[in-house]
Amino acid sequence: MESASLSRRLSSDRDAIFGCATMKSARRLFFGFVAAAAVAVSFSLAAAQGPGPLADPKSTNQAGFPGTLYSWVIPPDNPQTPARIALGKALFFEDRLSADGKISCDHCHAPDKGFTDQLPTSMGIHAQFGQRNAPSILNALFNVTQFWDGRAPTLEAQVQGPVTNPVEMGMKSTDDAVAAIKTIPEYQKQFQDVFGRDVNFADIERAIAAYERTQLAFDSPFDKFMAGDQSAIGDSAKRGWSIFNGKGRCMSCHGWNPTQPLFTDQKFHNIGVSAHKSDFVPLARQALDVLGKSGGSSEAIDRLAIGSDMSGLGRFLVTKQPHDIGGFRTMSLRNLLVTQPYFHDGSQVTLWDTIDHYNKGGVQNPYLDGGIVALGLTEPEEDDLVAFLASLTSPEYADAAKQEYDLQFKRSRTDRPQRDTAAADGDKGRGPGLAGPFGDIGPAQNVENPALLGGD
Amino acid sequence: MAARHKSVETKYMEDRDAALRGLRGLDRRTFLKVLAASAGAVMAKSLMPPHTFQLVEVANAAPDKAASAAGLAGQPPFTFAYISDTHLYPRTLNQRFVRGAVKAVEDVNALDPQPDFVLFGGDLAQLGRREELDLGRQILAEVKAPVKMMVGEHDWFYDLGDTWQEMFGPPNYSFDWKDVHVVVLMSVHEKDFWTARKMTPAERMHTVAGLDNGIQSRFEVGDDERKWLSDDLAKVPHTTPLLVFSHSPLYKYYRNWNFWTDDAEQVQAILKPYKHVTVIHGHTHQMLYNQIGNISFYGMLSTAWPWPYAPTGLPPLTVQMNRADPFDQFDGLGDGQVTVRPDGLADKIYNLWDRNPVSVKADYLVSHGKTARPPAPQFASY
Repeated sequence: MESASLSRRLSSDRDAIFGCATMKSARRLFFGFVAAAAVAVSFSLAAAQGPGPLADPKSTNQAGFPGTLYSWVIPPDNPQTPARIALGKALFFEDRLSADGKISCDHCHAPDKGFTDQLPTSMGIHAQFGQRNAPSILNALFNVTQFWDGRAPTLEAQVQGPVTNPVEMGMKSTDDAVAAIKTIPEYQKQFQDVFGRDVNFADIERAIAAYERTQLAFDSPFDKFMAGDQSAIGDSAKRGWSIFNGKGRCMSCHGWNPTQPLFTDQKFHNIGVSAHKSDFVPLARQALDVLGKSGGSSEAIDRLAIGSDMSGLGRFLVTKQPHDIGGFRTMSLRNLLVTQPYFHDGSQVTLWDTIDHYNKGGVQNPYLDGGIVALGLTEPEEDDLVAFLASLTSPEYADAAKQEYDLQFKRSRTDRPQRDTAAADGDKGRGPGLAGPFGDIGPAQNVENPALLGGD
Repeated sequence: MAARHKSVETKYMEDRDAALRGLRGLDRRTFLKVLAASAGAVMAKSLMPPHTFQLVEVANAAPDKAASAAGLAGQPPFTFAYISDTHLYPRTLNQRFVRGAVKAVEDVNALDPQPDFVLFGGDLAQLGRREELDLGRQILAEVKAPVKMMVGEHDWFYDLGDTWQEMFGPPNYSFDWKDVHVVVLMSVHEKDFWTARKMTPAERMHTVAGLDNGIQSRFEVGDDERKWLSDDLAKVPHTTPLLVFSHSPLYKYYRNWNFWTDDAEQVQAILKPYKHVTVIHGHTHQMLYNQIGNISFYGMLSTAWPWPYAPTGLPPLTVQMNRADPFDQFDGLGDGQVTVRPDGLADKIYNLWDRNPVSVKADYLVSHGKTARPPAPQFASY
């Protein structure tokens, strides 16, 4: 009986989450897409193969768009000119940047999948799977570092990684990539027009980065709510926002503020995801050995990250600091319902699974971040958190997100592999070191959510 | 010399302005170069962190200049690790500090090679109760290397040391390790403030635990223990390197918080005839080091919580750690390793759990800051 009323409540909240305002703007966008697509098809070879309207550069006129931050992150030596962006877009969808001419950037960063591939880990050349979940390009321009482990400092610098990684695009070298592009007269002309010189890899990087910097994703119901529209999100999402800031402790890493509305602290944390399958200490020794022998070049790190068991060491591969073992970048929370599955290895299928993971205090390991503790969230609280996360969906993905929400919601009613209520409530010790005599006690259940106090 | 006291806010804003001024002069390209260069410098200095397991040889494996000059190159140094200030509550009340203590034990157990011994720096318990001390004893029983125990005021003032001594033996003792004479000193006695006030044991304990009240006296080694120390050292030649463990700093840092030993000067006088003395202390829960005459002081990290720096009295040689992240229970905490050279000088590594480790070389202290300055933190401290 209780669960029936719960699901009734949730479905009404769901309508509120993806409310009328959202549908209206989706329609407006749709007509925009038709016009834009028509233009694109007539001008660009790559566009003719159909990147689709979701690949178009996004307007900066979005609710919640951080204008000041945006002005800081566009590098002075790679300005956002329309010609650069157009060239970058063509290269982003260019299969010939890969060794077999079949894998382009959008193979794993597909616009209709929130610039991901919606796979646990990505499939590259010759149907090989890497070790990491494809991070979204959306809002990637705001990342202080790129990749799950921050091994590249800029969008320009990260291009080389996938192009030359043997399990991604498989080019032997960046020279091979340049040679492949050089054979195409249209590109030769475009590079001359845009950069005033022959095709070279640094300019390929600049062009692709310039295109990626057009992928802005704000304008969500939550952004409108924060801009003052009380009806933009439903009651469940509002409760979720309170839990996000209070009992759930989400805000301590996935921070939001008006100047940096990104839901990330840009840092690296071990939350225990790869502790499932990695014995960290021997793995770290092995990684130091391998990196020592290979001189620790960025290529060497890239290969370990994508193509070896040592991938689970995360940030450690870059810094070699033990406190970074198993640490991965805090990802933004926007458009999560089109970028599933979750975590660096894509190991979690639903948002409920990811919250279950945090709720039980992660997976114990010697390098677990000090902020990860059992949360004692109840089922309705988890549902509210998911409703809040759903409200971070940008309008162009509203329909896809609604479908995914329904799928995940249904699945979450029966299938909860990560749920461990006893651990979440602290009724049992966690891990061999803590079981028994040092049994944990849980968070108090009767604490009032501070975010709900002192209001009206 | 006597710089006017500045508030923490003023100091913070000054540091911040200086950092921003430095950055403003750089365009993006130069800035990236600076970043790359500093990363390279770290590699070049082989400033690798022997944190939870040894990534490189023991920090001091290559004998440094001072050791060579002293004609001691070739003699092996020894290494010990420490865990300190766990402040355990009964397990039904608090699992947070248990988690810190267990993490520290896992840390020292993962060291390869293993340290010669592990010093426990005092304040095992929070309020001196048997169940707290017993919980600590169970956790420390997991340590693979031999454990040397030191007492802190939180272990002592509920029953004036009865339970602690029953479990761990006398609070003052000494032993020789390799060529070094090691002394563990009980430094947290207080003058009797409780009898006249008719305090219960619990009231007495709570008063001492609240460091900044005006009721209790300041910590002191006291007449008896100072006599014990003099007697113990009577048979130790002045050329022998000394290593002294005390819970409170054996100097005067900040009286109001009892970061203080009232008879510090008298203890220092007893240690004065020795060429090199290293004092390792707990209690202050922060990166803290000092040099007074022939004595080098190092403060240990806690596994429970970090103290802020006191408003005055901080030894000028200390490079402060910056403010801990309040959402991260491990930030500003940790354990550490100390490599004791044959001449008695000690190089120390602060294993900060959620930060890069910081190495403090003996040469930095004995040269009074002229060489081997530890890196400044990225942000200002509080």
